[in-house]
Amino acid sequence: MTAPAPLADGERPPAAGALDVERLRASFPILAREVHGHRLVYLDNAASAQRPEVVIDAVNDCYRTYYANAHRGVHALSELSTDAYEAARGKVARFIGAPDSHEVVFTRGTTESLNLVAQSYGRPLLAPGDEVLLTEMEHHSNIVPWQLVCEQTGARVRAAPITDDGELDLEAFAGMLNERTRVVAVTHVSNALGTVNDIPAVVELTRARSDAAVVVDGAQAVPHMTVDVAALGCDFYAFSGHKMYGPGSIGVLWGRRELLAAMPPYHGGGAMITRVTFERSEYAAPPQRFEAGTPAIAPAIGLGVAVEFLESVGLDRIERHEQELLSHTVEVLDDLPWVRVLGHGKGAASHRAAVVSLEIDGAHPHDVATILDEQGVAIRAGHHCAQPLMDRLGVPATVRASFGLYNTHEEVDLLVSGLHEVRRIFG
Amino acid sequence: MSDLRDLYQQVILDHYRAPRNFGALEPVCASAEGYNPLCGDQVKVYLRTDGDVVDAVTFEGVGCAISTASASLMTEAVRGLERPQAEALIASFLKLMTGDGNGAAGVDLGKLEVLSGVKDYPVRIKCATLAWHALRAALEGGDSETVSTE
Repeated sequence: MTAPAPLADGERPPAAGALDVERLRASFPILAREVHGHRLVYLDNAASAQRPEVVIDAVNDCYRTYYANAHRGVHALSELSTDAYEAARGKVARFIGAPDSHEVVFTRGTTESLNLVAQSYGRPLLAPGDEVLLTEMEHHSNIVPWQLVCEQTGARVRAAPITDDGELDLEAFAGMLNERTRVVAVTHVSNALGTVNDIPAVVELTRARSDAAVVVDGAQAVPHMTVDVAALGCDFYAFSGHKMYGPGSIGVLWGRRELLAAMPPYHGGGAMITRVTFERSEYAAPPQRFEAGTPAIAPAIGLGVAVEFLESVGLDRIERHEQELLSHTVEVLDDLPWVRVLGHGKGAASHRAAVVSLEIDGAHPHDVATILDEQGVAIRAGHHCAQPLMDRLGVPATVRASFGLYNTHEEVDLLVSGLHEVRRIFG
Repeated sequence: MSDLRDLYQQVILDHYRAPRNFGALEPVCASAEGYNPLCGDQVKVYLRTDGDVVDAVTFEGVGCAISTASASLMTEAVRGLERPQAEALIASFLKLMTGDGNGAAGVDLGKLEVLSGVKDYPVRIKCATLAWHALRAALEGGDSETVSTE
């Protein structure tokens, strides 16, 4: 079940810590395909990344050779599946610095993870007049679950403002914290702007002014930087497999053990109980309490392999490579007076992940996306499931290019030449 | 085969840059909104009829070149038509977009044919049809109805 590293046995990555991008690209089969007669330039990684062969093979291998339901049978295949599934949990726990693998709950993705926290942590706790504090840069998946639980409980959602440079306004955030704040839900990295929030600072401010739990949406952080939940100091951390080169339909909720242990189940069903009678049921301890029904066994195993893949490449190395791509992109785009990079204040020394949201003079993002697609360049056009952020920025939609570990400087240049084509048509 | 030059013809770019009949209409008989939740594009179509005749149609909203040009061309095409003719034109245009033949028999799409390139870009068809669905809703009499593409 161990994933072959992308490098041959005993071989070290290139010196000086640089990524051997060409070699890495070869381990992603889809990158070899063409789109409209051009080689695919995949710059939609913030929506969903592609999978390396080791992940595809791991999922395949599970179904071909040892799949059965987990936690059920005493037969050989069930034991193999259970072991592999639980081993994946252990890999994820180690990967995010969780002190205990029982704190790692497998879900369908970030969205389900956040709904789980809202319903199982928030709903029993929230009372009329209580507050859930979000930020203006949240993805809908970190807004709507809180609106739902607020409708159910009479609590209210508030949103801390961002600055024109796309940063969380920490002073204003601090000013909105009070004794009624029960939950602070904030993204680690903005999916639309790439802003990297200072989670330890958010946690410190929150602890000083309220008893609120800090819930972090880590979907856009985990593939791009080392994440250590213990060092961040938050209470819950949610992320998805498909954005970190893992399978779809698998995600993670990490929560502090004592918080998870006190929470009621999210879904009811099999596997999350210790005993059921028609009078009452006794619930299993976390994480099983939150994993009702047959879990996504093969995707979880694939996620474990994606984790090993990321570790073998090295998050530090990935981050450095992506930061170089980002600098190159911003540098080139800054020279084009008809392109505006949103939420990147000029000269702002702030921390950004490798995501750029663009406005192109005279061209709507959808038209830009169609023209780029004709050249094989896949980007995202739209509101990026962050409509309140679009309202705040005063744009209906943006063009978003988001990078992954396999993207190259040449691909940035192809993006830019595609934008010149947009200019030629719409200029 | 699809070609960007077929999609972004000069007429389309012209109507995108300088949309005709853009803005609210006063007085107005009916209006309806079209909304594409996938991309956030929205258009509001205003309709004034004089008896059975479409006296004026205007629109406002934010959209891409395809949705803006389609709405703009639509406002010109339906003006002066009798209600059944307008309805037939809408049906014919929607048929053209879905690639379901070349429009209904007996309806000349005229200038609207410039939008036929859109049918080679399936994800963009909803851009082109947004205003037309809204106009159909306005003709059916709903005031400030919102029609969604999803």
